[in-house]
Order: sequence, then structure tokens, then C-alpha cells
Amino acid sequence: MSEHPINPNKWIELYSDYLFNYTITRVNDREIAKDLIQDTFFAGLKSMKNFKGEASERTWLISILKRKIIDYYRKINSTKGQAEVRMTYSNSEDHEGDWLEERVEDEGYLNAQETLENTELGDAIYDCMDKLTEKQARVFKMKTILNYETETICNELKITPSNLWVIIHRARTAMAECMEKNWL
Amino acid sequence: MSKSFFISKEDAFHICDKSQYKESTLWEKVKLMFRCIYCRNTRFYVSRNTKLTEAIKTSRLDCLKEHERQMLEAQLKKHLKNEV
Repeated sequence: MSEHPINPNKWIELYSDYLFNYTITRVNDREIAKDLIQDTFFAGLKSMKNFKGEASERTWLISILKRKIIDYYRKINSTKGQAEVRMTYSNSEDHEGDWLEERVEDEGYLNAQETLENTELGDAIYDCMDKLTEKQARVFKMKTILNYETETICNELKITPSNLWVIIHRARTAMAECMEKNWL
Repeated sequence: MSKSFFISKEDAFHICDKSQYKESTLWEKVKLMFRCIYCRNTRFYVSRNTKLTEAIKTSRLDCLKEHERQMLEAQLKKHLKNEV
């Protein structure tokens, strides 16, 4: 019997957010990220028989997703003219000096090292979120990552605000402990 | 929540949690800060909670919105039915 059983009915609940965060940090486009995750799940269903259970289900899905992301970049790079960089600057004297401003580094720009660290940090946070109960993880994500209003979450999950804050408190305590062990 | 300047540890933790989402009032923050002066546990909780918020902010985490998740779930279920 395999060490890690496979259960596609639980994929969305258990892995969709992790896979989405993994993808969005690499392709930077919400729609494309969703398409790639969907393709990953479909590919996973097709090759379920090949899953030996040596790695965890999540690791296996990530390996499929990585191939999908590589295929996506291959596809866009092979499209003629996509990689072409176009820069047009006005010759008008009215705009003199604007080009300098346009070449100033964007404040939100991250270098490769920072991007890598943030990606690793994101993975560590998701690993810790995996250890929360299903309800804690859901409330924590809605409140902390999606920034939903307390009232919206309460209506959606049919809980009272005091219930929500108790769940948030337990989730944050567990997350902080886990992050201290795994990251700091 | 108590109107007194002195608050319990549980109330302090609750205010601290709300503060992470900018949902605490100025008066609540003042009471929390006051408690931090004499309570080591509160100081520890505030420090750890703030670090967690910073880490989440730095990582620029993202996840699926509820309707996106539901749509993905519906598509997967449909595909799963066809596979079986």
C-alpha cells in the first residue's frame, strides 16, 4: 500500500491556495495562474494511476505544476515578437526630461534575491497554514490574505464576530509558533 | 470590553489581534500599550503577533477568492465525473 494515498476530491480544499500562491509568484497573472492550476489538476487526474505514493500528494502536484509553468513560458517565448521590447519617447520639447523619470527604478521593484526570499517565506507560511484546522485556515486566509471585512466572513461562514476573533486568535497563535520553529 | 484603563490579558490579546487588521480603536490601543508596560506575557504576544503580520506582508501572499475556488471546484468535479 502506498505511503501517501491520493484523493482528488480533497485537492481544492487542501492544495488550491498553495498552488495558486506558488503560481502567481511565478507568472504574475491571476487568470493564467488559475488556468495553470486547472490544467495541473486535470493532468493529475489523468496520471493518477502513475502516482506511487512515495512523495506527498502536494509534492506530486507541484511537480506537475512546475512542468506546466515551464510549458507556459516556452509557449510565450516561442510566439514571434513577444520578447521584443518597444520603447517610444516623444521628441517634443514639452516632454523634455520625462525620459529620465521613466527610467527611474520602480519603487515596488524587487531584486532576484528579495523575490526568492519572499517566495520561500510564502511557502513557509503556507506550510504552517497546513497545520491549522480546516476552519481556522479558511477564516485566517479570508481575513489575513484576502482582507475580507469581519462582517463578510461572518455572513459567509455563518459565525458570530466573537467566534471569528476566537478562531483568528487560535490561528495566529499556532501560526506564530510554527513560524518561529520553521522560519525565524 | 472593559471601560477601565486596566484590561485583562485576554482582552489585551483580543485588542492586539484586532490591531493587526486595523480594527482596534485608539482608546483600545492606549489600554494595550499600558498593559504592555507591566505584563511580560502581553509584550511577548504583541511582539510575536506583529512579527507574524510583518512576515505575511513581506511575503505578498495570495490565494484564491471564494468564487474562484468554487468555479475551480465545479470544473474539477465535472472532469472527475467524466474520468470515472
